[in-house]
Amino acid sequence: MIVSNIEIIPGKRITKHLGMVQGNTVRTKHLGRDIMAVLKNIVGGELVGYTELLNDARQEATDRMIEQAKSIGANAVLNVRFSTSSVSAGAAELFVYGTAVVVD
Amino acid sequence: MELIPLLVLTIIGYLSGSIIERRHFRSIRERESQLIGILTFSAKLPPAEDFDKQSVLVTGNVVISVDYFKHISAALRNLIGGRVIAYETLMDRARREAILRMKTDAKEKGASQIFNVKLETSSISKGGANQIGSVEVFAYGTGLI
Repeated sequence: MIVSNIEIIPGKRITKHLGMVQGNTVRTKHLGRDIMAVLKNIVGGELVGYTELLNDARQEATDRMIEQAKSIGANAVLNVRFSTSSVSAGAAELFVYGTAVVVD
Repeated sequence: MELIPLLVLTIIGYLSGSIIERRHFRSIRERESQLIGILTFSAKLPPAEDFDKQSVLVTGNVVISVDYFKHISAALRNLIGGRVIAYETLMDRARREAILRMKTDAKEKGASQIFNVKLETSSISKGGANQIGSVEVFAYGTGLI
């Protein structure tokens, strides 16, 4: 499965368009990380726990999108876009979408 | 009397925050010069002569927290308006760090050029009362191998 955020795959020809595929996940942080974050809020610096949390969440959203693309017979997803929105205080939705295609 | 803990937190925030920030900028500059060989472009498409290369999605993200001093100085700035330098450097750090992580990802995957680089910024919490003030920057693009 090729995933790319440009509209073509260099050197390959798109033979079939299969429409949009998407994947999302909503995640919230747990209390332990929150307490660390409150302390970090005083001294500053990177919130490693949050970085990992969002990284994992994005990976999961991407995996879901790839799963969906596979199920409709695609072998590549092009023009992939990521988007983040906060559903409520403390919860974030990670959303990824793209165009499923068949390339030769 | 209520001002004393506030003042102490502000001083702690200022001291530790500026040390962490200086250290972070130093490490960013170092890694930027190490990764200078990985080229990044905001152009959508690679030039035609690169069309025989393979493409791979590369990403990098970082969440950076404010410190208490930044929080207070931004709150004071809010009263009179103008530049909030404390937050400008925070955003600068976050963006450069995210791009560096994306470049590192590209290097691990064997790519030397990244096209269509997109940067996405989100504040995880709004930084209001009793909330955590932090910013996330996510950088992604298509690496050519």
